[in-house]
Amino acid sequence: MALRDLSSSSSSPELHVLAVDDSFVDRKVLERLLKISACKVTTVESGTRALQYLGLDGDNGSSGLKDLKVNLIVTDYSMPGLTGYELLKKIKESSALREIPVVIMSSENIQPRIEQCMIEGAEEFLLKPVKLADVKRLKELIMRGGEAEEGKTKKLSPKRILQNDIDSSPSSSSSTSSSSSSHDVSSLDDDTPSSKRIKLESRG
Amino acid sequence: MDTLIAQLQRQFRDYTISLYHQGFLDDQFTELKKLQDECSPDFVAEVVTLFFEDCEKLISNMARALDQAGNVDFKLVGSSVHQLKGSSSSVGAKRVKGLCITLKECCDSQNYEGCVRCLQQVDIEYKTLKAKLQDLFNLEQQIVQAGGRIPQVDI
Repeated sequence: MALRDLSSSSSSPELHVLAVDDSFVDRKVLERLLKISACKVTTVESGTRALQYLGLDGDNGSSGLKDLKVNLIVTDYSMPGLTGYELLKKIKESSALREIPVVIMSSENIQPRIEQCMIEGAEEFLLKPVKLADVKRLKELIMRGGEAEEGKTKKLSPKRILQNDIDSSPSSSSSTSSSSSSHDVSSLDDDTPSSKRIKLESRG
Repeated sequence: MDTLIAQLQRQFRDYTISLYHQGFLDDQFTELKKLQDECSPDFVAEVVTLFFEDCEKLISNMARALDQAGNVDFKLVGSSVHQLKGSSSSVGAKRVKGLCITLKECCDSQNYEGCVRCLQQVDIEYKTLKAKLQDLFNLEQQIVQAGGRIPQVDI
């Protein structure tokens, strides 16, 4: 599997990240954030283009693309055409691609949206604007193989959501308040946001 | 006795701080500066240039939509302002972002007058920021041309 190959290679491993965002400004910033964090980056402006790049558009085109193995997909949520959520679903439905971690970004702190993405298998949900610290943390998460470190690294995320709650979100309530879902979360830490609780549960 | 470089550096520092204190910029702009280095020495200038192009395009789209008096496509205005809010947030253009939030609210409640007024303010605000950042970049250039280094400004 790609991640294990990376960690066992003798040279310093480089993640190849596919960044999907319809905003030119955001693509440029994201590309720089990733490059400065020693990642190889490919940017595309839509979910459709992303699927084409990943070879999922039904067109068994140039096999050259298959050689450029993608280790991480970072996608905006709100995009015209295929949303980030729909892109996530298509990737997780594909046997060829479902192992690739997918991170969703959004400028809106909408709890049901976050939950929906995490349930669908998103590795992480980042609030925009994305900062260097987010990318560094993300890279660590991916390099460590994601799921193995889930319990430990996910705890860092609440800080991120809370901070943006205070900074920019005008109307949303605290993301760590009890959600309206009926999941039994009594056994988990109070500071684990409900989105993470649900994710932990669904991954079993 | 202050050298030219020291004077310029102080001007740069003071001007930068004032932009933050007056709410033109927020910490996301600081984040952008972190991404600039010898390999990418004009990164911030490049990104803000893209942002101002975005402003021009999106404001023009919204103005056109609002011009269709009686038949305004508020959905279009809404999606344009959402995009503008996003990019202003990404570059740390704090005042522009704030106005986008207000504009979005007017749009959601289909408040035509409010939208028109707000859009005018967004237009003024992005142009103001553009001029100020141009001044800031000019100061940077002057420092470099005088043989000095651009100081790190901690806000």
